[in-house]
Amino acid sequence: MDETDKTHAARSLPFLTLDNRDFWTGGANNRLLIYRCNSCAYYVHPPTTFCPRCESRDVGAQPVSGFGTIFSFTMNYKKWFPGLDVPYIIAFVVLEEQDDIRLVSNIVDCNPDDVRIGQRVKVRFEQASDIWVPLFAPVGDLS
Amino acid sequence: MKYPEKNVAITGIGQSRISRDAGFSPLSLTLDAVLEAIADAGLERSDIDGMSCWPGDYQDASGMAPVGIPALQDALRLKLGWYSNCRETAGQFGAIFNAIAAISANLCRHVLIFRTMYQATARKTSFANASFQPGGRAFWPYDWFAPYHAYAAASQQALYFSRYVHESGIKPEQVAQIALISRQNASLNPAAIYRTPITLDDYFDAPIISSPLKLFDCDVPIDGSTAIILSRVDCARDTRNPLTRIEAIGSSMQYRNSWTQLDDPATQALPGVAEMMWGRTDLSPADVDVAELYDGFSFHTINSLEALGFCPKFEAGAFIDGGSRIALDGELPINTNGGALSAGRMHAYGQVHEACVQLWGRGERRQVAGDPRVAALSTAGGPLAGCFLLVRDD
Ligand SMILES: [Zn+2]
Repeated sequence: MDETDKTHAARSLPFLTLDNRDFWTGGANNRLLIYRCNSCAYYVHPPTTFCPRCESRDVGAQPVSGFGTIFSFTMNYKKWFPGLDVPYIIAFVVLEEQDDIRLVSNIVDCNPDDVRIGQRVKVRFEQASDIWVPLFAPVGDLS
Repeated sequence: MKYPEKNVAITGIGQSRISRDAGFSPLSLTLDAVLEAIADAGLERSDIDGMSCWPGDYQDASGMAPVGIPALQDALRLKLGWYSNCRETAGQFGAIFNAIAAISANLCRHVLIFRTMYQATARKTSFANASFQPGGRAFWPYDWFAPYHAYAAASQQALYFSRYVHESGIKPEQVAQIALISRQNASLNPAAIYRTPITLDDYFDAPIISSPLKLFDCDVPIDGSTAIILSRVDCARDTRNPLTRIEAIGSSMQYRNSWTQLDDPATQALPGVAEMMWGRTDLSPADVDVAELYDGFSFHTINSLEALGFCPKFEAGAFIDGGSRIALDGELPINTNGGALSAGRMHAYGQVHEACVQLWGRGERRQVAGDPRVAALSTAGGPLAGCFLLVRDD
């Protein structure tokens, strides 16, 4: 358990569906899978089988680099229930491939006081039950 | 008529006791509010031929929405031409917008709208404010938040608010003014939950919930119910209160309807509904006498001040600096009953009730001077947003 991700409470999880299964299980192979249009290359998130740009139905999961940028973050201090260790960081991460793919995540493996909007981050995965939860950690110079 | 809302009036308001420990059932509180609203309009139970509410009975123990239309209709034995709850709509005011449509379609003349909360009592027996259960599985729209210990509306709002602070440069002591002014107004409202004024030091000494949200930026869960009667204008003329019409509504959805992918988290969904509202009236922000702006979090009110055009985008900080502009005797009094932050989380319907109180001159010690005639109202929260103008005609 790293320093920033010390919320000992178990993570709540989504229900797996035919649409979101690739996203939540790609981490088993250390891959972040995002739906992408096979006609015009637009990424479609949340995953679904329609491209809003070219109207193609040929949309499916493809691996992305796993790099992104912190768009916004909050340091959660509130102990919402016993056993939840605080503080911890929740963030919106925008993926490097396309700026309208915004993932909620926790920023881990760093000093939470050093987290900044605009920081470059990279994905890592933590298994919880049948899901591999994408988490992000800062890369490169923190200054 | 080009804009049907102008043909609809609010004719009566009612509210139960608002408390942190009701001791009465949610349905009983709802009846208190509803019977008061019907009598306030000068109507009889038999005059009510429509019912509308947001969001309908949640059928859970959260206290978020413990009473729906079926239970209330049956308790009152109402005979209706039209009724509907709505949840996937322009926030809490969707119930009002639907009722306008139903009245305009001649399906009904007097629509009863209510909003009941039972979260203060519910919290004593279940996990506070839970969008989903810790360690459990979450449904839409919480599925994308669930694995990240983002348990409450505060978690989402903190993410949006943080981006707003980053882009606007608003200072914490400016943000604080929303909470300070609300409490100052609440000190003049005997029905408010918290009435002891707070200082800047109190604001900064209180715990941070999730940065940049501090305790006093978050509203207060309560037990209570609010009811209003919406009437067709020609029928409203026979009722008891001064004719108070809905001048314009903003009900649009111009963005991605998503709690994670919404187009601009810093402004949420308010700009689109505000643009629609101002496009349906000859009035302008300068005509507004009192603004009852949703304050589930102080950030919502800040968003509304900008989106509704009371100040330019990202300049709310300067607008509310020092608090005098938004105080009861300022150029734009806001949340005059103390808002959800201090009077309690009546979930946008506290604002509707209070707008009528002010337009009808019933504010007593908190009455805005100068005989206010135009009120602006908003709701906000992620992709949820709605707004309208209320105008007293006489
Ligand atoms: Zn395409």
